[in-house]
Amino acid sequence: MKKYIGRAGRYLYYLILLIWTVVSIFPLYWMILFSFKDNSEIFGKSALSLPESWDITNYVEALTKGQMGRYFLNSILVTGVTIFLTVAIALMASYAVSRLLWKGRTVLNNIFMLGLTLPIHAALLPVFLILRSMRMLNTFSSLFIPYTAFALAMAIMICNSFMMNIPEELEESACMDGCGTFGIFFRIIVPLMKPAISTIAIFTFLQAWNELMFATVFVSDSAHRTLTVGMQSLVGTYSTNWGPIGAALVIATIPTVIVYLFMSKKVQDSLVAGAIKG
Amino acid sequence: MNKVRKNKLAIFVFLLPAVLLFAGIIIIPIFCSGYYSLLDWDGITEGIFVGLENYKTLFTSKTSGFSKSVVHMLMLAVGAVFIQLPFALFLALGLAKGMKGERFFVTVFFIPVLLSTVVIGQLWIKIYNPDYGVVNSVLRMLGLDSWCHTWLGEKSTVMWAVFIPIIWQYVGYHMLLMYAGIKSINSELREAAYIDGATYVQTCFYILIPLLKPVLRVCLIFGVTGAFKSFDMIYVLTNGGPAHASEVPSTLMFTNIFMKNKYGAGSAIAIFIIVICFATAILIKKVFKVEGEEKTA
Repeated sequence: MKKYIGRAGRYLYYLILLIWTVVSIFPLYWMILFSFKDNSEIFGKSALSLPESWDITNYVEALTKGQMGRYFLNSILVTGVTIFLTVAIALMASYAVSRLLWKGRTVLNNIFMLGLTLPIHAALLPVFLILRSMRMLNTFSSLFIPYTAFALAMAIMICNSFMMNIPEELEESACMDGCGTFGIFFRIIVPLMKPAISTIAIFTFLQAWNELMFATVFVSDSAHRTLTVGMQSLVGTYSTNWGPIGAALVIATIPTVIVYLFMSKKVQDSLVAGAIKG
Repeated sequence: MNKVRKNKLAIFVFLLPAVLLFAGIIIIPIFCSGYYSLLDWDGITEGIFVGLENYKTLFTSKTSGFSKSVVHMLMLAVGAVFIQLPFALFLALGLAKGMKGERFFVTVFFIPVLLSTVVIGQLWIKIYNPDYGVVNSVLRMLGLDSWCHTWLGEKSTVMWAVFIPIIWQYVGYHMLLMYAGIKSINSELREAAYIDGATYVQTCFYILIPLLKPVLRVCLIFGVTGAFKSFDMIYVLTNGGPAHASEVPSTLMFTNIFMKNKYGAGSAIAIFIIVICFATAILIKKVFKVEGEEKTA
C-alpha cells in the first residue's frame, strides 16, 4: 500500500513540475511566436498556433523605426563599461581591505558591506540632482557610474571570499623575487581571481542590463536610452501593433538567453554566491 | 613582506575609486534624502524646513495614498513568505532528492529570474489584455464570459493581477538558493536517515529543513525586503493605478518626486523604505538565530 502511495506521489510531483515548466517558459515561448506574426494573425487566430510564415518584418520595423538597434548598442555599451569598472574597482578595493595592512580596514569593509542591503530608491533623487547640477543627465556616464557604485558592495564581497582562498605564501615568494605591491596585485592576485571576475561579470551584467529606475530618470533623450526604457517608449508608439513589440522584447532578451544557454551552471552559481555569503 | 603590505601609495590608489563612488553615489545621497525629507520643496524654489511635517502628512492624510501603499506592500510580503517561499522549498526539496531531469527543471525554473522585468511586464500586460489576452480568451472558451475582467484596469482585480507576476518571477530564485543549500548538506545524513527507515518526507522535516535554516533565513530576508522594494513590475504594469489601487511606496515615491515635484514628501517615502528594509532584515536575523554566527558576523 505504502509503495503505491509513494508511486502516486511521485507521479503527482512530476505533474506539478511539468505544469511549472510550462508556466515558467510559456511567456517566453508566446513572445517568440507573436514576434513573427502580424496583427490579423495575432488577434484572429489561436495564441498558441505557429506563425504562418517566419516573417522578419516585425524585427526590421523594431530595429529601424523602433530604434531598438540603437537602444541595444547603448545597453551593450553601458553594461560593458559597468562590468569593467565594477570588476576593476572591486578587485583593487578588496585587495586593499583584505590583504594590505592599515588601520581601519575592517571598518571600511563593514561600510562596504552595508551597501548590500541599501535599496537604490534611497539615492534616486539626490543622485539625480547631483547629475543635473553637473550637467551629466542624458549621458552614458549618468548610468554606468551609479550602476557601478551599486554593484560594488556585492562585487567586493565576492572578491573577498575568493581572495581568502589565495595562499599568502604566493605573495611572499613573489615579494622575495622582487615584486612590489602593484606587481603582486597584477601578476599574482588578478590572474588567480578569474573565477571571481566571471562571477561578478555575470552578476553585474544582469543588474545593469535589466535596470529600469535609474535609466528612466537619468536619461530622457533617445540617443542615450537603454533597452528597458527604450522598450517602454516603443510600446507607447506601437500600442496596438503587437508584432514589433514582440520583436523588441525578443531582441532585448537574446543576450541574456545566449549567456544562460552557454553557461547556465555558472550563471546559477554566480547568483547563489551573491546571495548566500551576504 | 610587511613593508610591501603597508605600501601607502598602493593602499591609496586601490581604495580611491571605490571610496569615491561609495561616498558620492550612496552614502552622501542617503544623508541628502534624509535632509530633503524634512523640507517642503518643489525642486525649483528654495526649500522650507518643516521638520517632520512630511512624515506626519504621509501617515495621517487620507488622500496621499500612502496608507494604501503600505497595505499593498505588506500584502506582497505576506505573499512572498506564505506562497512564494513554501512553493520554492517544495520544488527544491523534490528536485534535490535526485530525480530524472533534475538539472533540466532547475535550469528552466530559473529562466524568469534572468529576464528583464520590463519584458516580463509587457508580456503580462498582453496576457491580461481585456480583448485579446490569454486569460480572457481562455475564460471565453470555457463559456465563463462573465468572469472576464479588465484585469489591470479595475480596482477590484488589479492587485491580484500584479501580485501573480511578481510572485511568479522569483520562485525560481528562491528555489535555486534552497536547492544549492540542500545539495551542500552532507549526503551521509540523508542516507543514515534512510537506513533508519525514515521516508523522504520525514527526512525533509527532521533533517534537511532544520539544516537549511541559514539559507531559509536569507530567502526570507530577500523575499520580504524584495517585496518592500518592488518597483519595476508595478511601474510597468500599472504605475500604481487605477486610483492608487495597486500603489506601493516606491511607485508613490516616484510619482511624488517626478510627476508632482513634491521632493520633500517623496524623500520621506524613500527614507521610510530604507528604514523598514533595514529594520526587517535585522529583525529576521535576530529572530532566526543561526548557531555559530558570531564568528561570521
